Amino acid sequence: MRRFSWFNVTSLTLGFAFLYLPMVLLVVYSFNESRLVTVWAGFSTKWYGELLQNEEFLDAALVTLKVGLMSSTLATILGTMAAYVLVRAGRFRGRTLFSGMIYAPLVMPEVITGLSLLLLFIGIGLDRGVLTIVLAHTTFSMCYVSVVVSSRLSSFDTSLEEAALDLGASPFEAFRLVTLPIIAPAVISGWLLAFTLSLDDLVIASFTTGPSATTLPIKIFSAVRLGVSPEINALSTILIGIVTVGVISASLITKRAAVRQAREEQAAVRS
Amino acid sequence: MAETVFAPWTDPEAKPLIQFKGVTKRFGDFTAIDNLTLDIYAREFFALLGPSGCGKTTMMRMLAGFETPTEGQILLNGQDIGAVPPNKRAVNMMFQSYALFPHLTVWDNIAFGLRRETRDKDAINARVEEMLRLTRLTKFAKRKPHQISGGQRQRVALARSLAKAPKLLLLDEPLGALDRKLREETQFELMDIQEKTGTTFIIVTHDQEEAMTVASRVAVMDEGRIVQVATPDVIYEAPNSVYVADFIGDVNLIPGQAAVRETAPEAAEVVAEPAPEPTPAAASDPVPDTGKEAPQPNAFGIWLHDNMLKPILGERRAQAEPLKQLPPPAPEQIKAAPVPQDVPEGGVTITWAAGKAPLIAANGDTALAGEKVVLALRPEKVSISKERPDHPNILRGKVIDIAYLGNISTYHVEIEGGTMIKAQAANTRRLSRRGITWEDDVWLGFTATAGVVLKEDA
Repeated sequence: MRRFSWFNVTSLTLGFAFLYLPMVLLVVYSFNESRLVTVWAGFSTKWYGELLQNEEFLDAALVTLKVGLMSSTLATILGTMAAYVLVRAGRFRGRTLFSGMIYAPLVMPEVITGLSLLLLFIGIGLDRGVLTIVLAHTTFSMCYVSVVVSSRLSSFDTSLEEAALDLGASPFEAFRLVTLPIIAPAVISGWLLAFTLSLDDLVIASFTTGPSATTLPIKIFSAVRLGVSPEINALSTILIGIVTVGVISASLITKRAAVRQAREEQAAVRS
Repeated sequence: MAETVFAPWTDPEAKPLIQFKGVTKRFGDFTAIDNLTLDIYAREFFALLGPSGCGKTTMMRMLAGFETPTEGQILLNGQDIGAVPPNKRAVNMMFQSYALFPHLTVWDNIAFGLRRETRDKDAINARVEEMLRLTRLTKFAKRKPHQISGGQRQRVALARSLAKAPKLLLLDEPLGALDRKLREETQFELMDIQEKTGTTFIIVTHDQEEAMTVASRVAVMDEGRIVQVATPDVIYEAPNSVYVADFIGDVNLIPGQAAVRETAPEAAEVVAEPAPEPTPAAASDPVPDTGKEAPQPNAFGIWLHDNMLKPILGERRAQAEPLKQLPPPAPEQIKAAPVPQDVPEGGVTITWAAGKAPLIAANGDTALAGEKVVLALRPEKVSISKERPDHPNILRGKVIDIAYLGNISTYHVEIEGGTMIKAQAANTRRLSRRGITWEDDVWLGFTATAGVVLKEDA
């Protein structure tokens, strides 16, 4: 069988070019000597150096990290609880409504979510700052967490929980000692997803932010409006690097665990 | 055996461990358990047997506390456990899927229940080690469930559910996931462990062989009701309904019309001796010693003649004619005249086809006379031969099919009238020397007590 016909090669090239050409350009120009973004003037890492001197960018990065950690943790707790109720509580009255309402923010335009949150915060007189961004991010990312966790929970063998109850564990102990360790991978990936969404968000953050809290996306966006600088390219390259390392190491770890499990299962059958 | 037979259910003084009192369980419109009453005694190995969907798993889940009865009570040691949550019951369960905690080692799995009730590390260690020894898992203690084989997982599940020394252990299809050979070994292991620990076991299974092997008593269930509760041999030898007879093992079901068996003079004449296993009636009325050379009717026969048959048949001859003077029976009557042998008195005859001699069932209940009945006959109780056999019930037929099972063969014989009868014979000779083969004309025979007469199911 010919695996690489010209058609396959072309579609592969087109697809990857479509996905990665912009990023490759960005990474290349981040090492540009010239201040002009579109003119190549030789290799340099000076923009990375300048980036580290730029306090505004560093502050924004710190705020983004703080918001991301807090909102994703909060969203994971709430989202896991919601998923547990949806999958485990059976058919209670209003279940369909409840699940529909949890998933609605997935398709809700961000502008509307942001605007309504802004109105709420003004209405209850909450000063806009880090706290309001955290609450806003929790609101929209918890539904992603509950989607991830509930898909794991619905393939979870309920007799494991019943066995724990049968052996004398209280319902909470059964959750903490049996359910949670088993669904932990889904909970962790839910947390990572929520964290990424928070890092990435511009629209909702700009609605709910105040003067004291500028996140990195807001900072980049406002800087670009004044013209694209090689510093921004450098910053984006760093972000791409972090994400790449994270994704590759996560997949390596998962693959290695799967291989080990398969090997141990084979050993068990042979013994 | 010197020790007394374990049968608390026959002792009216014995207190049951578990009592179902009029328990009904409904899921919406569906009735899973229908007004069920049942007693189970301590140290029993009790099997719930039935096809899937008969309610046996629901019964088990009610005992474990995962379901509550819609009506009625379940008593454990005389106390209603309806409102007790599963984690507060002295009942443990072994799940069909084993439900081993995948993130814990074998050791931690077994210790899980113990850690919920005590913080005493030494006591936990000692108990876990004991359980590991009992189930021969000591060298796998540090492994995770995915690192051991299916049979070992099954033993971990058993050890885990026994660790808390429950009053009652529930086993939900415990051997379903094992292959046949391992399953048979494990059945004996289960019985052994049950005896060693003295725990009451309730096993749910759809495998009748498994239920017969392990259980002290078997309850056969159908559509939320218990059809029969008895020891395995009674269930097999004396089923109380066509459903039970058909569900347990292989059976020939011959429908027909029952009539009181008339121990008429002709029949009585051939009864030479009292039966070696006399029915109670025959035992209390010994045969009067009226003649030495020729067989004589017994008391019941004489009574029958004097009270019922005299007007029809006339006076009884004082001395019966010797057997050899009977005219040789015409070919069509061969089956009608029972050959001389030990045929117990009484019972019923079953007319199963027009123009054929009725079948004799000496153990049949005369109360069934006039009813539509079914004669349930186990294949191993039907003999097959090329010569006319020496049995009170004889059928002629043709071999249609032979199922060779190694140690035995099952012959599917089509008898006159088209009914299929299965007969089993041990393969005492090599297959190449087997006397009977396809399309052979054969004789089937069975004794007057081989079958069980059952009322036809509505």
